[in-house]
Amino acid sequence: MKTTLTTTALGLVLVAGSASAQELRFMCYQDGTECAAWEAQMPAFEAENPGITVNVDEVPYATIIESLPVQLEVGEGPDLARVTDYGGLARFMLDVRPYVSDPEAIEARYGQSLAWARVGDNNPDGIYNIVDQLTATGGFANKTLFEQAGVEMPGAGATWAEWAEASREVRDAVGIDFAMAIDRTGHRFAGPAMSYGAQYFDENGDPILVDDGFRSFTEQFVAWHEDGTLARDVWAGAGGGTYQDAAAEFINANLVMYYSGSWQIGRFGRDIGDAFDWVATGGICGPEACTGMPGGAGIVGLKQTEHPEAVGKLMEFMARDDVQAAVLAQTRNIPANSALQEQGIDYQDVSDDVKAALTIFAGSIPTFADSAYALQGYANNRAIYTSTPARITQAIVGELSLDEALTRLDSDIAEAIAQ
Amino acid sequence: MLKTTAVQLYEGAFNLFERPMLALQKLFGQSRIAWVFLLPNLLIFGLFTFLPIILNFVFATTGGDRILLGDRPFVGTEHFASLLDCESYFDPNSCHRDLFWRAVGNTGWFVLMQVGFMILFSLITALILNRDIVLRGFFRAVFFYPVLLSPVVVALIWKWILQRNGVLNAGLEGSGMGTVNWLLEADWAFFWVVFVSIWCNMGFYVLILLAGLQSIPSDVYEAAEMDGTPRWRSLLRITLPLLMPTMLVVMVLSVIRAVQAFDEIYVLTGGGPGSATTLLIQYIYDVGFATRPRFYGLAAAASLLMAGVLFVLTMMQLAATRKQSGDN
Repeated sequence: MKTTLTTTALGLVLVAGSASAQELRFMCYQDGTECAAWEAQMPAFEAENPGITVNVDEVPYATIIESLPVQLEVGEGPDLARVTDYGGLARFMLDVRPYVSDPEAIEARYGQSLAWARVGDNNPDGIYNIVDQLTATGGFANKTLFEQAGVEMPGAGATWAEWAEASREVRDAVGIDFAMAIDRTGHRFAGPAMSYGAQYFDENGDPILVDDGFRSFTEQFVAWHEDGTLARDVWAGAGGGTYQDAAAEFINANLVMYYSGSWQIGRFGRDIGDAFDWVATGGICGPEACTGMPGGAGIVGLKQTEHPEAVGKLMEFMARDDVQAAVLAQTRNIPANSALQEQGIDYQDVSDDVKAALTIFAGSIPTFADSAYALQGYANNRAIYTSTPARITQAIVGELSLDEALTRLDSDIAEAIAQ
Repeated sequence: MLKTTAVQLYEGAFNLFERPMLALQKLFGQSRIAWVFLLPNLLIFGLFTFLPIILNFVFATTGGDRILLGDRPFVGTEHFASLLDCESYFDPNSCHRDLFWRAVGNTGWFVLMQVGFMILFSLITALILNRDIVLRGFFRAVFFYPVLLSPVVVALIWKWILQRNGVLNAGLEGSGMGTVNWLLEADWAFFWVVFVSIWCNMGFYVLILLAGLQSIPSDVYEAAEMDGTPRWRSLLRITLPLLMPTMLVVMVLSVIRAVQAFDEIYVLTGGGPGSATTLLIQYIYDVGFATRPRFYGLAAAASLLMAGVLFVLTMMQLAATRKQSGDN
């Protein structure tokens, strides 16, 4: 009898335990130390929310882009993920508004970036994403190389043509391999293209890609590859829509000017150290504008979770000013939280280069063109970002003429949108 | 003593299985017992080979970017028609799916070059290693070693050698010669893709050919030598004809592997520059997984077309093997 009672009691305890224990899986990618920074915050969350445990699974970015959507499509996958493709993943995202205690506070702080996930059939006032890394595309220049070459560095508001000219002079004077490089993705291409007049959308908000401005920058872009101004290795060194950056060349002081984005700041601060001085260039201008592209990585809850309330609690915790400030101080990213933008982040142990770069990139975000924000919030933007390098590279290596490449690009995008 | 123990062990094992086997045979009957033994393997094949093939057909005839079949509208042969829509199959630019036809062209050239040169080099290497040379065992191991490496490791090693500031260019520069961007010039990139693929796979085929060479009876050569037959004539009239069945096996295996080439090329060149080294498998991967939206149906249709071509090639080679066996 005694044994039976003990067994029953143990069974009840186990059943009750398993019913109340909620284990959340957070699939996280990082440009620098984002996953580690979030993992460090989890004990505090778990202490505030007994019964909820969070496992942070760090994965490569390619897993987020390629595997996560397939997992979600078949109803598998984590409870939360750190993503950048809000449009593509919108239909899998969980609206946590019903599960947070103060949705208005989140709305007030993250309103602009919340709109990025309110696409397709998602609720226009839903809370789907907490952006923990606002990004801006922009340039980095190796200041030491300019000084060694005795060439004056272009200042704020300089044009692409001026940067190209100055970078070539520096490259030739100091005898390194590359003058300029732009990451191999349509996202990085978009800012300069808009600066040359590309609109990306018509008056009705419908996407157009190849207009006069887009063609104008593409012509210049291909010409800079032909004359060696742009590093051929980055765009011609891969096929299809494969992403490729040139950060290693910049870190190795083999590149004068590198157009990438604010997410590189932490890495440069860490990997370059005091090997040479570098600066963020600020907005680079074309004939029509001086815009870059906004963007950002953020945490989203996912619909197939068995614990939506726990996901809501975790996202509300992640959105808090003190938690975001602690994470951002460690990751050295630009806040999407408007209260923290005003208040400023006390970045820990950062060099003057890093501090200056963060200020310049953060300052450039409000100056971006409306079309840049529209493209960032566009549900099919990923189709544009992957098709652009595939077709333009074909023009660079001579497989297609420029006209053929642009015609193919237009039809690729049209087909992708129709899909 | 050892032999007696082995026999006892064998008899013990035989007795252990005899009763259940007899019971099974009694239950199913002698004519059906074979199916009982085949069943586990058939289940595994069905689940992991036949079912995916059927699913591939279903995906190829449905559209949209959803993965669940219930969410995919039926589109019939639309994907096949779109892939085959060409004014001239020899000019990819005239095709609706120009990248597919570039990949088809690249794959065709790759198979021709890679299989042709690999069989040639494998044969020469096997002939040399079959002779009584110094350090024969060492060289056999050396040629086989790359087969043991992961294709990704092979590609990374060669990338370090071939990149702009790689080992090869450093050597050329050191000896006063000009450098070349090996992986950025379309023709060079294609050459190196073929070369690296041969380098990392050749050892496997050398081993098969070596086994084939060693199975040729030595008395045939002794008779030829007594007749004063020159060595080159022995090679042409004895070695190659007797090695032909092994060569056919090598050819079937190497063609299939060449058509399926992906990982080492993807890491080495990413299919570039442009689409110069994009082969069919990468095209299927790109449209199915790497681009947005994901064209699962198109990828499935392309893979079925490729499977069809592979099937025809394999049948032709099997027919040639049968003819060979019949002639012999």
